[in-house]
Formats: sequence, C-alpha cells, structure tokens
Amino acid sequence: MTATSGSRFSLEKHGSVLALGVLFILAGIIGWPYFLQVENLVNVMRQSSYTGIIALGMTFVIISGGIDLSVGAIAAFVASCGVLFMNYVLVHNGGNESSAILLGIAVMLALGFLCGALNGFLITKGKIVPFIVTLGTMSIFRYISLQMANAGEFASHSQAYGEFGMSKVISFDVSGNNVSLPTPVLALFLIAFILSFILHNTRYGRYLCAVGSNARVAQYSAVRVDRVRFWAYGVIGLCIGASAALLAARFNTVSTPNFGLGFELDAIAAVIIGGTAMAGGRGSVWGTVIGVFMLQIIQNMLNMAGLSPYLQGVVKGVVIIASVYIQRQRQ
Amino acid sequence: MSGTMGDVILRAEGINKDFGGVLVLKDVSLDVRRGEILGIIGENGAGKSTLMKIMSGIYQPTSGKVLMEGKSVRIDTAIDARRLGISLVPQEFNLIRDLPVYNNVFLGSELRTRLGLLDKEAMKARTRELLAELNVTIDPEARIERMSAAEKQMVEICKSLAFEASVLIMDEPTTMLTTYEIDILFGLVRKLRERGMTIIYISHKLKEVKALCDRVAILRDGVLVHESPIADISVLEMAQRMVGRELGSIFPAKHEPGEDVVFEARGVTVPGLVEDISFTLRKGEILGLAGLVGAGRTEVAETILGLRKKSAGEFLKNGVVLALDEPADAVASGISYLSEDRQGAGIVTGFTVTENITLVSLANYCRSLLRLIDKGGERKKVQGYVDSFRIKTESLDKRLENLSGGNQQKVSLAKSIDTEPDILIVDEPTRGVDVSAKHEIYLFINDLAKKGISCLFISSELEEVIGMCNRVLVMRDGKIAATLEGRDINEEDIMFNATGAREEFAS
Repeated sequence: MTATSGSRFSLEKHGSVLALGVLFILAGIIGWPYFLQVENLVNVMRQSSYTGIIALGMTFVIISGGIDLSVGAIAAFVASCGVLFMNYVLVHNGGNESSAILLGIAVMLALGFLCGALNGFLITKGKIVPFIVTLGTMSIFRYISLQMANAGEFASHSQAYGEFGMSKVISFDVSGNNVSLPTPVLALFLIAFILSFILHNTRYGRYLCAVGSNARVAQYSAVRVDRVRFWAYGVIGLCIGASAALLAARFNTVSTPNFGLGFELDAIAAVIIGGTAMAGGRGSVWGTVIGVFMLQIIQNMLNMAGLSPYLQGVVKGVVIIASVYIQRQRQ
Repeated sequence: MSGTMGDVILRAEGINKDFGGVLVLKDVSLDVRRGEILGIIGENGAGKSTLMKIMSGIYQPTSGKVLMEGKSVRIDTAIDARRLGISLVPQEFNLIRDLPVYNNVFLGSELRTRLGLLDKEAMKARTRELLAELNVTIDPEARIERMSAAEKQMVEICKSLAFEASVLIMDEPTTMLTTYEIDILFGLVRKLRERGMTIIYISHKLKEVKALCDRVAILRDGVLVHESPIADISVLEMAQRMVGRELGSIFPAKHEPGEDVVFEARGVTVPGLVEDISFTLRKGEILGLAGLVGAGRTEVAETILGLRKKSAGEFLKNGVVLALDEPADAVASGISYLSEDRQGAGIVTGFTVTENITLVSLANYCRSLLRLIDKGGERKKVQGYVDSFRIKTESLDKRLENLSGGNQQKVSLAKSIDTEPDILIVDEPTRGVDVSAKHEIYLFINDLAKKGISCLFISSELEEVIGMCNRVLVMRDGKIAATLEGRDINEEDIMFNATGAREEFAS
C-alpha cells in the first residue's frame, strides 16, 4: 500500500464517504424532487437497517477471514420461533402483550446467538471452512422453517408487536416538519457504534484483525484463534436475532419462504462496498453502514427512475464489482 | 581466480528510483561482465533488491536505463526480462506448492504437443536433464511442498536454466541454507559460470561473497560506493564500506550466567520429529541450539510453546512441571518465542508497529475497569522500543509491510520481550538482517541475558552461535548429539556433531 496523504484527506479512509456523497447527489437529481423529501430519506434508512444490522455482524465475520451465508435462513428460523413463542406466551399469561414481546425478542436474540454459535463451533472445532459450514446451515435453517410452517406464514397475535415494528424514536424538526427516526434505524446506529468501539478499543477487536490478517502469526502470538473466530459468529448471530425481531415486527408476520431471502448477499455486498477486505484482517464498521445506505439509495433511485426490479438487480451487481475494482486500484 | 571475464553483458546507467518521495537508488551505474560472478552487497535498505528488481523487470526505474548486450532495453515485465535472458531467483521462492517440480520449471511456458495439450513427458524429460546437469537428485515429479529450502532453490535455478537465461540474479540465496547446503550451492554456481552464465549474487554474508565472487559492488543508502575485483578488498573492508564506519567485533563480550536452573526439558519426545530431548537452561544463560535444517530445533521450540504435542517427557520451570498446551500457556509461564519465519509466524504485515509490538502482551494494556486498550500507554511503551532498538520508521502507525527486513525483525523482537519473559526462545534471530542490525540484535539479547533472562538461541549461522552462546546443544535427526561448552564451541565440533561426519564437512 502506498503512503496516504497524511491527516488532511485520504482516499483510502474517506473514499466510501465520498462515493456516498456522489451517489446522494446523483439520486437527488434523478429522483427529483421526491428523493430528497424527508419521508423518503427516512424510509431509505429504515429499509437499509434490517440487512444493515446483519451486515454489521458480517463485518466482524469477514474481518476474521470468514464468511456467513446462512444469515437469511437463520433470520427466518429465529423469527418463526420467536413469533410462535410470543403467541404461546400471549395465550398463557393472560394477554400481557409487553411481557410477551420482551420475552419473544429475548428468545430471538438468544436463538440467533445459538445458531451463530453452531456455525462458529463447526468452523473452529470441526475445522470445516466457513463457506461450507454456512452453506450447509443456510439450507438446514431455511428448510426447518419451511417445514415448521409448511412453507406458509406465522402471524403474530400481538398487535403491539406490529406497532413496535413501525415505532419511531427521537423526534426532531427539519424545516418545520416533525421527523422521527424509526426504531430499527436507531438500532442500526447503536449496534454500529458498539461494534466499531469494540473493533478499535478492545483486545478482542485487535485479535480479530490479527486472526483475519494472518492466523498463524496470531496463533504464535498466543492469541486463541479459535475463540476469536467463534465469537465473530456469536456476534453475527446476535445481530441476526436483532434484525429478525425488528423485521418480523415490521410485517407482524413471518413468511418462511421469503423472510430474509438474499440477505446474505446484500450483507456481504454492503461490507465489501464499505471497504472491508474480503480476505480479512481489516475493515470498517461505519464503512458497512455507508455500504448498506448506498445499496438502498441505488435501489430507491432506480425505482424513481422507473427501472424494472430485474434491471435494478443488474445495476446492483455492477456497483458491487465496480466498487471493489476501484478499491483495488487505490491500493 | 577470475576466469575469462568478457565484455559487458548487462549495464545499468544512471538509475534513479523514487518510492513515494524516498530516493532508494541514486544515480547507480553498474557494469556486469559476461561470465562473471558479481557480488552485490549492502545493508538492508541499501537498494540491492530494488536494483535487481529493476534489472529483472519487476520495477521500472524513475530515470536511467538498462542496456543488455550494448542495446538499450526497456524491461516492462518479468516476461520481457526472461525473453532477454535475465532470470531472478528471489529470496522468497516463487514456486507453486501443489505442483510437481517439472510443472514449476515450465510454469508459464509449458511445452505442448501438436494437439496443444501439455507434453508432460517432454517436460519431465527436460527437467530430469537439467537436474542432472546440476548434479542434484530431485525427482521431477516430486511435489514442492515436501521439499527442503535447498531443494526448492535448486528448482528455481533449474527454472532459470530451462529458459536459457544468460544472466542469473540470485537474491540472498543462502539465507535458508545450512553450511553443508551452501557448499553444494557454491559448487553449482561455479559450474554455471563455467558454462558461460553470468551470475549476480546479492548477499550480506561477506565471507560468502569473498569466497565465491569475481568482483564485488557495494551499495550504501542507494549509492554505489565501491566496485572492484574481489581480490582487491578484504572482508573487513567490505563491511566498513557497507556500513560506512569502522567495525569492532560484532559480538558483545559473553556474560557469565548464574547457577540456578530456570528451565528444564526432561526426555521430551514428539513422534517423528524430536526424540528424548533433555537439557537445562540457567538464569541469564544463552544456550545455543545448533544443527542442520530439519534436525528438529524449531520443533523443540514449537513443543515448548504447545504447538506440537509431545508423547513423552515434561518441561519444568524453577522445578515445577509446566502444562503447556497452547502458546498462551507459554506466555503465562513467562516463555516467549521469536519465530524463524518472520512473515509467516512472527509479524502481522498489515498491522502497525504499535499493533505488532503489543500483540502478545495486549492484556497488559487493558487493565482499566472496562478492559479497554490503553492506547496512550501502548504508544509510550512502543516509542521506548523504537528508540532503544533504533527501529527506523516514520511513525508508530506505519504498517510493517513498509519497513525493511531488519526493522521488521527488531519489531518482532520487541514484541517477544514486551511480555516480560524470563525465558526467551529466539529462532534464527538475525535471518535476513544486515550487519549493523545484527550487531544491535546481538547486543539486545546479551543485555537481556545480563538482566537475568535465559535465552534459548536457535541458529544456523555458526558464527553467531559461537559468538553468543555460553553452551551449545547440537541436534541431529531430532536428538541431541552433543552439548558443547567453552573451547569446544567451535565450527568443527558443531558441524561434526550436526552431520555426524567429519569428512562431509571437510569436503
């Protein structure tokens, strides 16, 4: 890598911010005037947040030198179990919705963690490469969910849960309009803040980069490589749990064939666009946030331009490849 | 001793090379004559490798030109260089581990049958021929991954022969070789010269250059400071020109160790690698571990670290049996290891100086309530190492990939001692390091011993084993063949015990 141009501005560090800015202006022009309306922007952020939260965990996994293809399937499984559990509690506790919802979310977080831990266990103790393990669990969890629902839906019986999915927090005024941030967006920022802090300020974060950069060096340096890898999958499991809880609430139902479908690819794409090295060893959590926003803005912009959803997929693919190509040139 | 030295075959004229504002080569002009062995010496960072990479097409000069056979040539790629007959045997071999020898030899220029399919038989036959010419017994169908460093090097040379190179550049070819293998290599290089090949031999092992080369060129800080027939310059003068100052003895005075046994190995066996190893290490002692590559020296260190499972035996520290199942246990027991494989097991090249030095000892910087990394304390400590070890780096945030080998090694050493060990195991501590960095590393290790740290000193360089160690264990085939003390620590006794044959060493 060549020397960066000091403290003022480095393309390497701020390249993705710049790209987001350019894209934003472009979308502002193409989608004029609707794109820049506050409601639309809030909506873009909301739509980004579900895959975004998973992408944050994916950042850790990719920095560790791994990959997780099973996130969407786990999300569907976790959300199905969570909604079923919530309904069960609701029947048995005399209709106390808030305790049912809290228990349901706790179950989803715990199950997400356990599913991630299963991947981590197979990867570290079973010594099977992450691609294969998560390819397997992707199939396993998707089809368990389909089997459970007979390929149908699990509807939540709690109205309040659906309201939680649409809830907003933190209101502020933007030129006379009252704008408030949807809960999932807040969750995205909060989790990004926590993970970024862990990455930069804790031993675990340092070890994560060391393991991803050169596992052998890390091993010789007395880093417990397996443990570090395992926890990366634990973290993404928790992220999946959080995302599943928010997304299930959004529709107040879980459609097992569609829930979380394709999340793995969107999450990986966001991480890569955000500047995290696919080979592991270094990465940026906030870069990933920018990556998910970029993907969502592109989709939003193309929607406004009237492009068919199929062609939107094509554009998305081109953007992923182009962004990695540009990053490669910078090095 | 110089044979028939011919006309100029390859010439560098006024070469300048600028790396991001740093001038690493300054107006270097150098003639290489047909059929000579030209030694190029210089400290790490002096520009030797850069010059050779320009001559073999890996780098482009910022200004200046390269002339081959009197004609100005533009070498854009390594393939251009190959076409011109210039071939580079790099320090880190460019071989594909999973492929057999013959495929590696013809990689990129495979022989084909009329149908366009790979002509394996022809390639095997030609490889066998070339290997026979080199007088080495390597099976053309053997896989690279099972080969020793010496054998890999032969394959690299064989590759150059297959392309009928007229100029062969060898970059630090003896770094990974034992004394015995070096003798074989020298015989081979001389034979190539007899065949009319021109050889550029880059090294910082001055005795080797003196023994092998016809002429020598010395680079210092990117400037060609000396060029003469080898007969006109002594080893000491070479060292002085290279470093630019007078040199005393490179080794510090040996320090007398204490009496207490700090560490002990009792009957340690790792099936197939290490057999019934027992030794004691006293407080403040530097205990050498010598032997040929593959004798099991590194394996002993890796067993102490818990990276290899022993089937019998035990390690004791201060008389207490240690449970060493993983490197973290060793660190917790006050044992630290400096790996022989700097890039592969020693440093994280993508990490900064700071991140590397504190990688093993990071827990010591996380003592606050929330166990966060105390970045200020970390930097302060690291700055201390940078100053005392004279690590040349622009800042503590420089990634290690941007540092020279010698400075990387100092970082690696700082990393090993930042855990404040009682027992330090250094494995080839000066591999790929220039004379002045070597000298500094010897001083550091000696100082540590004076402070009471016990050191297990693994090395293939007899000179440093002899110069540094209080006692020397010589290993052969996984066993300790001898323990040498005092006057018995000399080249002949070490080699005799390492090879098991006085004759082999004499030849």
